[in-house]
Amino acid sequence: MMPILALAWKSLRNRRFTALLTILSIAFSVSLLIGVERLRGEVREGFANTISGTDLIVGARGGPVNLLLYAVFRIGNATNNISWESYQAIAALPKVAWTIPLSLGDSHRGFRVLGTTAAYFDHYRYGRGRALTLAQGQPFDDLYDAVLGSQVARTLDYRLGDAIVLAHGTGEVSFAHHADQPFRVAGILAPTGTPVDRTVHVSLAAIEAIHLGWETGAPVAGRAPDLAQRRALAARGGLTPKAITAVLVGLKSRIATFAVQRAINEYAQEPLLAVLPGVALADLWAVIGVGEQALLVVSACVVVVGLFGMLTALLTSLNERRRELAILRSVGARPAQVLALIMGEALFLTLLGILFGMALLYGLLAVAGPLIADRLGLVIGSGPVTGTEGLLLAMVLAAGVLVGLIAGYRAYRLSLADGLAIRI
Amino acid sequence: MTTAGTSALSTDALTAPTGPVIAIRELAFRWRADRPPVLTLDRLEIRPGERVFIEGPSGSGKTTLLGLLAGVLQVSGGTLDVLGQPLHRLGAVARDRFRADHVGYVFQLFNLIPYLSMVENVALPCRFSRRRRTRALARGNDLAAEAGRLLDHLGLSDPALRTRPVTELSVGQQQRVAAARALMGAPELLIADEPTSALDADRREAFIQLLFRECQAAGLTLIFVSHDASLEGLFDRTLRLAEINGALPPATLAWAPKPRG
Repeated sequence: MMPILALAWKSLRNRRFTALLTILSIAFSVSLLIGVERLRGEVREGFANTISGTDLIVGARGGPVNLLLYAVFRIGNATNNISWESYQAIAALPKVAWTIPLSLGDSHRGFRVLGTTAAYFDHYRYGRGRALTLAQGQPFDDLYDAVLGSQVARTLDYRLGDAIVLAHGTGEVSFAHHADQPFRVAGILAPTGTPVDRTVHVSLAAIEAIHLGWETGAPVAGRAPDLAQRRALAARGGLTPKAITAVLVGLKSRIATFAVQRAINEYAQEPLLAVLPGVALADLWAVIGVGEQALLVVSACVVVVGLFGMLTALLTSLNERRRELAILRSVGARPAQVLALIMGEALFLTLLGILFGMALLYGLLAVAGPLIADRLGLVIGSGPVTGTEGLLLAMVLAAGVLVGLIAGYRAYRLSLADGLAIRI
Repeated sequence: MTTAGTSALSTDALTAPTGPVIAIRELAFRWRADRPPVLTLDRLEIRPGERVFIEGPSGSGKTTLLGLLAGVLQVSGGTLDVLGQPLHRLGAVARDRFRADHVGYVFQLFNLIPYLSMVENVALPCRFSRRRRTRALARGNDLAAEAGRLLDHLGLSDPALRTRPVTELSVGQQQRVAAARALMGAPELLIADEPTSALDADRREAFIQLLFRECQAAGLTLIFVSHDASLEGLFDRTLRLAEINGALPPATLAWAPKPRG
């Protein structure tokens, strides 16, 4: 067997240009496949950990996925609000450790504005229990302070101290602006890879303040108080909202989750809905996870195309190599050894393709990884090959061997039919 | 690849100096069982060291006969003993093994593997036959030395020539490298399939004389096939395949001698 493999190697070296092209096409497809697999895992993981540490999400009664979409992903709108009294009642439940009130409805140049409290910066967790950190500045202090998600700051090129004007409503283009009350950028959050990056955070009181005089849904001339009056009102605690959109709830003990969930769902004064974030996330992933599967299928197809390229190259080379095969037969090579020669070549090409592909992937991750982590908050690990990846690579190798078997069988047939006749 | 099933080919039992190298009795070959045979030979014996010229036009069964002698084709009927081995009874693997160990083969053209050096081409049979490897090593210090010795004998001693890619050699040089390969490891039988037809007329005889000299030195039996009848005077014996192949219809016989040269 060894002399045959040595011959395969020399033969391949003789055709190094085509061999290199074949190896490259396999390498690119392998790095794409494994890259997509890694990204896929990261996206799935990132999605499942969009919000963590929160035990229950509470909103007005409706669909759990809808609640998750507007409360966590800032997509769509709430069908109804929660009254401040209900929020107080939830916060006062004995097993509740903390609550984060969320008030949505305004936007800034297409990014959602979230009214919340300091509890947000203390208790909000994403990933594996990671807390929000400020890249620059600090949480809101003044009534008109805003803390920007990293993507908001980067896209709109905002710096600390810049003045921004919020728009009423959530459309990208809005005709009703709170232009009389500009906010100051007080802090910019570090990237998280979650919807937090695309959110403008202000205090609950600020949401109330900018809507004073808007009780009819639009500013009423002459009735709106000026900035000084609003600040004074806020200082007196007079800007307590009447309603909020949703509440994130943290419990003292996870064991109480279902009891508290039931208590909230059966709350008599107002129809409320409490969902477990993990369950709702899984429901949502079941819908959108199809895209991720499709991505893997597409990259697997790329591998198949790459291997077809190898099959074409091998079969084309066979026609040029019938002479070589007849010579080998004449010096005593068995047809099985001819088969081994072609299979050895395919195996070698596939192995090198896989090695090159993985080297390429690790190289790319080393170069582009920090950039991706910074821009998208996605940390694509450059750790060792995982079990699933190993399985994918083994499948690529098996497919390569299959290609070798197809081409090798053709060579076997040819060498049997040709015998010692040299055909050109 | 295993070498199981070839133990019957004990090397020492072969090459009995007394018996014929090739013994044929009522040999028949057909491509398919339901077709008439393309080659039938009633009786043929070739003695050790004999230099036999097989002459015949295309279609007379030359390639078929060589395929049978080299063990590439399976005998359909009758017996074919080569070096005392009943090739008609051996399986495909055993016949391939037999060829590797005992037969040197020279093609008409394109004898060399383009990606191997001249010396590697000559040493190629030793990759497939342990017997020939052992025998080559018995003569030289290593395979390269023995290949070099054979190349020297065949007039390819120029070191500059040795390092050149084999594809750049002239046809005559390529044929001599092929002859060196066929002699490597001292097989008992050398089969040459029109080895001179690509050579100039004056080179032909020189090549054949070279082949004779080496065969004689190594005690090889030479089977030389050609459609060029002008060479037959150089050989011990001539077999006209068109006349002895019983499978050819008489019509073919009448038509056969025409395409010559």
